[in-house]
Amino acid sequence: MNMHNVSWVRQDLISPSARPVGQNDPMRWARKNLFNGWLSTFLTVASMMTVVWITVAIAPWLGNSIWKANSLAECRQLLGGAPGACWGVIRDRWPQLLFGFYPSNLYWRPVLAFGLLFVALAPVLFRAVPARALWFSAVYPGIAYWLIWGGSLWFPISVYLGFTVAAGLFMLTARIGRGLGVSIAILAASLWWIYAVQPVTSDVNGLVPVVLDAVASRDVGGFLLSIIIGVTGIALSLPLGILLALGRRSKLPLIHMLSVMFIEFIRGVPLITLLFTASLLLNYFLPPGTNFDLILRVVIMVTLFASAYMAEVIRGGLAALPRGQYEAAEALGLDYWKSQRLIILPQALKISIPGIVNSFIGLFKDTTLVMFIGLLDPIALAAAIRANTNWQGIYWELFIFIGAVFFVFCFSMSRYSMYLERRLKTDHR
Amino acid sequence: MAMKSDASREPFHLSMLFNDTRYRARTIQVLAFIMLVLAAAWLVDNTVRNLAALGKDFSFGFLWATAGYDISPHAIDYSSTSTHARAALVGLLNTVIVAALACVTATILGVLAGVLRLSDNWIVARLMTAYVESFRNVPALLWIIVAAAVMSEAMPAPNAFRGENPTTSMILWDSIAITNRGIYLPVPEFSLSLGQINIGLSVLDLNSVAIFGVLAFSLLVRRGLVKHAQRLQSATGRRPATWWKSLLVCTVPMIALFYTLGFHFDYPALKGLNFSGGLQLRNSFIALWIGLSVYTGAFIAEIVRSGILAISRGQTEAAHALGLSSGRTMRLVILPQALRVIVPPLISQYLNITKNTSLGLAVGYMDLRSTLGGITINQTGRELEGMLLMMLIYVGISLIISGVMNIYNDRVRLKER
Repeated sequence: MNMHNVSWVRQDLISPSARPVGQNDPMRWARKNLFNGWLSTFLTVASMMTVVWITVAIAPWLGNSIWKANSLAECRQLLGGAPGACWGVIRDRWPQLLFGFYPSNLYWRPVLAFGLLFVALAPVLFRAVPARALWFSAVYPGIAYWLIWGGSLWFPISVYLGFTVAAGLFMLTARIGRGLGVSIAILAASLWWIYAVQPVTSDVNGLVPVVLDAVASRDVGGFLLSIIIGVTGIALSLPLGILLALGRRSKLPLIHMLSVMFIEFIRGVPLITLLFTASLLLNYFLPPGTNFDLILRVVIMVTLFASAYMAEVIRGGLAALPRGQYEAAEALGLDYWKSQRLIILPQALKISIPGIVNSFIGLFKDTTLVMFIGLLDPIALAAAIRANTNWQGIYWELFIFIGAVFFVFCFSMSRYSMYLERRLKTDHR
Repeated sequence: MAMKSDASREPFHLSMLFNDTRYRARTIQVLAFIMLVLAAAWLVDNTVRNLAALGKDFSFGFLWATAGYDISPHAIDYSSTSTHARAALVGLLNTVIVAALACVTATILGVLAGVLRLSDNWIVARLMTAYVESFRNVPALLWIIVAAAVMSEAMPAPNAFRGENPTTSMILWDSIAITNRGIYLPVPEFSLSLGQINIGLSVLDLNSVAIFGVLAFSLLVRRGLVKHAQRLQSATGRRPATWWKSLLVCTVPMIALFYTLGFHFDYPALKGLNFSGGLQLRNSFIALWIGLSVYTGAFIAEIVRSGILAISRGQTEAAHALGLSSGRTMRLVILPQALRVIVPPLISQYLNITKNTSLGLAVGYMDLRSTLGGITINQTGRELEGMLLMMLIYVGISLIISGVMNIYNDRVRLKER
């Protein structure tokens, strides 16, 4: 018996046979995906016609783009009557669209602040960056403020000192009662910010001056303004929204009622009315003689507005958690804040990621509404550019540019939220 | 029992207010209440002092003064001699009109796009994805301004319709003119009027009362017919043909009424420099309507899509197994179930449309914000009262919409035992 001569085992490979006819060819694909029934055929033809019509309408215009022109008249001369896009307006005015009337020799400051924004965001957004880098995220707001508005570095530092004061007082008083500690800390920090920041800043600055050229708020505009309002609003509205959502689910009737009233009122009025309140009315509500920066007022209003929406999104996430999670937290003997922090909120926030990012996107788009109270957001700047005699009568190029920039920001936010959902997916379905 | 009495015998410390769960809830609320009252008192005190410094008082009396400005589309009688209150009402009506129209068109657009995005047809699905993503990720304000620019830049001027060889012409048998000053539509008119009744705010046209009366009568008779057919079918198993009876009942009385009243269309016609006659839809109105519809339509498409995806695949398969076509499966099986998922977020989209009508400011649409919150405030200097009133009205509208939609939501909700 020769074991090596196994005659029924084939020794050579069969050459691959040709694939079955009509399984993979484009005709079959088209029949399945484009002409599957009369309705599908009709839809295909209609869509094709739409695409062709749009292409025919736009292609000659886009294909004939002029980048090197300093006015619409020059552009038209170069085109010689043919249809064509005049992107010269973007080339001519893009610093203005990005920065508003920010002094051009200081452009490096907002650019640096924008670059550092990503450094500050990295540990929050991506797991690959070590969490130790979070200290930079904490000091970033102060640095960004100082870079963009200029003035003394000691101003943001003394604002930060308010937090230190609050933390110190909380440590001292927490033994008596945590609620009391928190109240005292908040009160002390507020007093510090109202009464101490200004003298401390000017005193220390007198000793060690670290000053950048100050830039007035009315000069800040364009996408810089949109990003400032958007990012601050996003960063502030998330914690506020969480507090409001918890307040709305609170068992304490007064807290519950206040949260509901606040959320429903804010969600019932258009953002424009809140912005007009910021620009027209806020001075009525503050002590006579107070006057603070319009951008700050807008940021406050936008934050309040966004946090009401955020609260509803997070409430949905809280409601979606099984009751067993709350009971388990109680069974472990955790107090309210510990159970929220360690068990409830991480899960609730994970569930509500799509909604949270949607409200972020909405907030970022809504920053364009500040044009109504005289701030120079990109759309307001587009109107200002059109008012100039050089560029009177230009529309589409500006709209396309502004729309494209917003699209890039919002679309990347939504893609990031999908990535985050996948990353945090811990259930096995 | 023993433990409880021990606890209650323990002497009361001040720290128990914060550390003992029996007192803590009350302590927190009392503290919150005190802080709330203090904050409110501080705000009111500041406001009173600021108003006093400006020499103003707090009163809504300005509402009854003469407005002195014109509002171009007005649904009820209005002239510049009317009061500010009436101007606000006209603005409110304009807001409601454009919001209602935009809700309807956005829903149609959104349902179409949402359903088509799930279509098997490759190119249609891609196109709808492109629509949804591009409109969702760009500010609504930009879309409204773009729509306004399309209307005023890309449409022909009225004088392009003039002359022996006009460069453009009216569409639909010379009845609709699309110009850069707006769209002119024919309006139905009656040569015979039954008269008008004055009811406080507006005049009630008896012709429309008659039309609604006849319509209600027809629908009632038709309902009776269908009920009768249903009864006959349950009793004998044979259903009498009702469609031609329904058709007769619904059309004949209406045609008779229209004939007696002398129904005809008032067509727009080019006179002098512009069109006259007919109904003019202004550019601001069209821009706001189209802009809001296409923008919100993209959001509604996503809501519809996720609602349809939430229905389990087994439902579709079951319907196919019963022999229903895919169109009927969608209409009779999937959409009714998906509605339960769709309606709650749809409500908030309707609220968004209503609130976003305030963006009409950018194209000069005279809505509530532009009348009460704009010109009236500027003329009278009553920022506080005007803004307060306007916010309350918006909150009121929002509450009404969500109330109505919640009633509907309750009706379509899954009834479980």
